[in-house]
Amino acid sequence: MNKKSMKGWLYLLPAILFLGCFMVYPLIDVLIYSFEEGYNSASQTYYGVGLYNYSYVLRDPYFLQAVKNTFILVVITVPLSTGIALLISLGLNAIKPLRNLYQTVYFLPYVTNTLAVGLVFMILFKKTAYTDGLINLMLKWFGAQSVDFIDGPYWAKMFVLCFYTIWVVMPFKILILTSALASVNKEYYSAARMDGTRSFRIFYKITLPMISPMIFYLVITGFIGAFKAYSDAIALFGTDLNAAGMNTIVGYVYDMLYGNSGGYPSFASAAALILFAIVLTITCINLLISRKNVQY
Amino acid sequence: MKVVLQNLTKRFPSRTKNEPDVIAVNDFNFEIPDGKLIGLLGPSGCGKSTTLNLISGLEAPTSGKIFFGEDDVTRLPPENRGVGLVFQNYALYPHLTVLDNILFPLQNLKGPEKLSKQEMRERALHAAKLVQIDTLLERKPSELSGGQQQRVAIARALVKTPRVLLMDEPLSNLDARLRLQTREEIRRIQQETGVTTIFVTHDQDEAMSISDMIVVMKDGVVQQIGAPQDVYDNPVNLFVATFLGTPPINVFDGEIKGEKLYIGGEAVLPKPGLPDQKVSVGIRPEGFVLDENGPFTLNLSRVEVMGRDTSVVSTHPKSRNVTIRSIIPTRNKVDRTAKTVRFSLVPDKVHLFDEKTDKALGTEEKP
Repeated sequence: MNKKSMKGWLYLLPAILFLGCFMVYPLIDVLIYSFEEGYNSASQTYYGVGLYNYSYVLRDPYFLQAVKNTFILVVITVPLSTGIALLISLGLNAIKPLRNLYQTVYFLPYVTNTLAVGLVFMILFKKTAYTDGLINLMLKWFGAQSVDFIDGPYWAKMFVLCFYTIWVVMPFKILILTSALASVNKEYYSAARMDGTRSFRIFYKITLPMISPMIFYLVITGFIGAFKAYSDAIALFGTDLNAAGMNTIVGYVYDMLYGNSGGYPSFASAAALILFAIVLTITCINLLISRKNVQY
Repeated sequence: MKVVLQNLTKRFPSRTKNEPDVIAVNDFNFEIPDGKLIGLLGPSGCGKSTTLNLISGLEAPTSGKIFFGEDDVTRLPPENRGVGLVFQNYALYPHLTVLDNILFPLQNLKGPEKLSKQEMRERALHAAKLVQIDTLLERKPSELSGGQQQRVAIARALVKTPRVLLMDEPLSNLDARLRLQTREEIRRIQQETGVTTIFVTHDQDEAMSISDMIVVMKDGVVQQIGAPQDVYDNPVNLFVATFLGTPPINVFDGEIKGEKLYIGGEAVLPKPGLPDQKVSVGIRPEGFVLDENGPFTLNLSRVEVMGRDTSVVSTHPKSRNVTIRSIIPTRNKVDRTAKTVRFSLVPDKVHLFDEKTDKALGTEEKP
């Protein structure tokens, strides 16, 4: 090793140390936990090594419910939030007066605390003995049956969770997309106008390809974020997510560690690694698709 | 297709209340004959690009009219005018191949104009052949050199067989060598297609070398229109005289006394028929002839050898430029050790301008 590369390693040392301590070591530890059967955190003992933890987790109805919830959440919120954010950004980009005001307004949810927003949503949607909640009142005006969105049927709860998630993740996407749209060279639009390109074709053939790297970035981070959803569900449905039937995979991991039934680090580790495998697979697929479609 | 501009004016509202509106183009009148190559020439900010945008339809004039042939196109949107525009930065779509870029305008056609895939391809290939990029069709713009991108942009502008082709600073993004080559190329393409072409440039070399006619603009106002040589030989005012020509014309404070032109104390040229007055004198660099007994004495600074000719750099107390540059053939040897150098002047190359209005004197004014 020559002097120059020594210097390089020295510069990298702080980062490597931190990552090693707080990332690589725990990861390896989690991997080990997940194979240790019957691990007892008090006595730090275990019976044997094997795949039992995985088979337990994969057969646990709570885990399966959490997987189902998470997948529904991902499949609904990622495309919807990206699509709506794109529409709003296009709108923002098209107007001149008050654009900054609107941008600020759309960005507000991003700087608001998740739990506070969750509380607001709960008040909006919850049905109690005293009041039906604002949303139910509005539903009634339109002649619909009132529904308890927080403690009621599964679809209603899922609707609130999705609605809430979309609402929370949208500002960041709008921010990214408006700046991406603003950075497209205006000459392309002039050129397209000269050629009499209809506006939909301009959007589809010019705007969309130009901002496609940003869209893929948002989709990939959106997928990862939605798979890791947890605090949103807590904010809406309280800490006992299993009872509410609204648990997510991360929520399941947390419950296994610290919840009422806590103290099962091995099951938690196995569940975490299953989540890791899912996210990794989806991200790889995403990257493969984007490499094919983002052309420059 | 001839292009007629009638009292064309474009005002941009000022940003603050205290400033006056910006008049980018002021009462532009010009009839561009069919099938000619026209150079719109002027320093930056003179309104030449705005004029081009008005003709293309990307901007609407504040007042005035634009005709293509007999059609009034003033209120037509760009796509219905039948113009092709080559942008300064080409504006090639980076995610499309060369072929798709050229096809793009054709794919927008609808209704009775709609073409079959086969026809589109043929027309695109024809345009590509014309600009000699038919071997690069599958490349992306980023894989092309500046000159090649320029050709693609021209092909894209020509593929719809426009009535008028417009080019915004077509050579500004190319290096010096490519510039020479490309300007000849533009001339060739223009002559082959016979399409009326208007291009904007701030480089007088570019405009002079290939245009059939040049339009010199300053501050939104047309200064002079004419064949390049005519404008060069008979500038209507001091601005046109200084703007055209490299090295630029040398300007002196002079005076006419007794039908003779004086610069400093020397009577350098007879000027019959002009009343006594103070004048601005413009002398082209090639208007100096080395002459030991010449009437005009300059303080010699240095001699620069250019190979083809020699450039004599000198000073004079009455000169408005810091140095005076005169171009003489290399066979005339200048004594580099001498303090002064004497010239006689070529009458055609000496232009007189009114000291106050900067308008040309003595030469009959050309419209």
